[in-house]
Amino acid sequence: MDFDDLLAGDGRVEPRDEMPDGYRRTLVRQIAQHAHSEIIGMQPEGNWISRAPSLRRKAILMAKVQDEAGHGLYLYAAAETLGVDREDLLDQLHTGRQKYSSIFNYPTLTWADVGAIGWLVDGAAIVNQVPLCRCSYGPYARAMVRVCKEESFHQRQGFEILHTLSHGTPAQRAMAQDAVDRYWWPSLMMFGPPDDDSPNSAQSMAWGIKRFSNDDLRQRFVDMTVPQAEALGLTLPDPEIRWNEERGHYDFGTVDFTELFEVIKGNGPCNQQRLAHRVGAHEDGAWVREAASAYAAKQAVREGAA
Amino acid sequence: MRDWPLWEVFVRSRRGLSHVHVGSLHAPDAEMALRNARDVYTRRQEGVSLWVVPAAEIVASDPGERDAFFDPADDKVYRHPTFYNVPEGVEHL
Amino acid sequence: MSTPSKTLGDYVLGLADDALVSAQRMGWWISRAPQLEEDLALANIGLDQLGQARTLLSYAGQLEGDGRTEDDLAYLRDEREFRNVWLVERAQSDFGVTMARLLLFAAWQSELYAALASCPDPTLAGVAGKAVKEVAYHLDHAARWVVRLGDGTEESHQRMQAALDAEWPYLDELFRPVEGAVVDPASLHPLVLARIEPVVAEATLEVPQVAPARGGGRAGLHTEELGYLLAEMQHLHRSHPGATW
Repeated sequence: MDFDDLLAGDGRVEPRDEMPDGYRRTLVRQIAQHAHSEIIGMQPEGNWISRAPSLRRKAILMAKVQDEAGHGLYLYAAAETLGVDREDLLDQLHTGRQKYSSIFNYPTLTWADVGAIGWLVDGAAIVNQVPLCRCSYGPYARAMVRVCKEESFHQRQGFEILHTLSHGTPAQRAMAQDAVDRYWWPSLMMFGPPDDDSPNSAQSMAWGIKRFSNDDLRQRFVDMTVPQAEALGLTLPDPEIRWNEERGHYDFGTVDFTELFEVIKGNGPCNQQRLAHRVGAHEDGAWVREAASAYAAKQAVREGAA
Repeated sequence: MRDWPLWEVFVRSRRGLSHVHVGSLHAPDAEMALRNARDVYTRRQEGVSLWVVPAAEIVASDPGERDAFFDPADDKVYRHPTFYNVPEGVEHL
Repeated sequence: MSTPSKTLGDYVLGLADDALVSAQRMGWWISRAPQLEEDLALANIGLDQLGQARTLLSYAGQLEGDGRTEDDLAYLRDEREFRNVWLVERAQSDFGVTMARLLLFAAWQSELYAALASCPDPTLAGVAGKAVKEVAYHLDHAARWVVRLGDGTEESHQRMQAALDAEWPYLDELFRPVEGAVVDPASLHPLVLARIEPVVAEATLEVPQVAPARGGGRAGLHTEELGYLLAEMQHLHRSHPGATW
């Protein structure tokens, strides 16, 4: 069956199938960027592992950040089925030739930020990711099924952190509100530029890589989140949010995309820090990776000789 | 220095079921691959047994030969029990 | 005059603090490991250690009888009240050092928990019975890495030997007498060495000939590094007295 027939029948494309170059390139770029986001995303939350305010929270956070590593790993593996190496993809991340989600260029200044990331950032990620479980490329879709299954606890634990804080002392409550104030707009930016300013979207939709437009997903996220904010007793920092009976959706204010483009350009609060941390880990680990390869080569010779 | 080789991971989720492919990972050698598979793919009690196979060792059929490989099975409907008529009232057949 | 439950409580607290402080150091690695697969492995090890710490702290609080919870004990004690050994408390950022330390620590924990699993105290025996499986995996992980680094490249061989030399002085403290000990620490010495030495040999490394470090953690006498670890771990919890998280 050829590529177009497969897509027309909502079939899945598998690694060794013939596929247009553009499809392959788009997938590699998107999956790699997704994988990079997972592993850079370990840092803002990892920042609070050592300071988590209870041992229960410490365990949850360690498990969560560990999951992000796992998700990055599943995604790199999916990208590798398209004929690229993880090492090359990492190299492109480390040299700034491939991007990761801009949201991770914001700092986690207080413990409540860990809650806000779980609730808003993971919440937005889930809205983005659930449709990817039906992506036309089989290995990506399967990786996303696994990711989504594991992520379901991430958003809940974030909500729980904020709920506890917003029902705690005045200082805790203020901490929670401050975190939501800082993370709300960047979370909306996670869905990307508006549809009429998103040049690759139409092609990705035609290829079945993308299932819904940026603006549709953003709306879905807002609709989902507003009632949750009410349940938390926290305010979303947008005076224009109100229910629109006619549309059957919440209206909300205009996202300032110049901010998003500034962060993408490298001018976010933590761009340099995040990349330096990642590159540092990779470089510091080089001797370990080389040693393991050298040992494996020696063992192979020994076993061959035996 | 190139990356460690790629390994495919298969997990038996519980006794009585066969191993199923779950994904892949990088490891310098078989011992580490097996241990990495445990840490990466069985964090939520997903498995009771693991296989790892060097990805380079897998021999796969070619999608270009799919027609020759798999289409000839299409018209052998007599291989399936639903092909046969059974008179009404006859059981355990 | 110490009561039996007080001395047992102190003993349990020592084991709890070993696990807690070790988990705190292990958590540093998440996002900094040499390879993504290793981030997951080290996180698993840290989570096991943290789990052991939590159960042991709760039990220590119970034995103490003043109603202190795991969090009270983890977050509201100062340096001098911590009972962990020096092996686990020093800062580390070298993978070889972390693996050398884990080899020594997990070898000791393996023998300790194996012995505790059949001790007459049912709670301690229960904790140990679960933990013995976890630390067997930690030991296996550390051993495989020590062998690969020791018998890897010229550079890794030197770094692994240096790491082993740096950690070895802290081994001795694990075998010194402790009040309330359920398992005689000295009795574990040959068993632990029997686990470590074959790994060192397979790694083509030398067993270090170094003088033992001063130690004193079981009596609350620590290196200066523990204070910084606790300051970081405890500051948020202490900044909001009585708050729920």
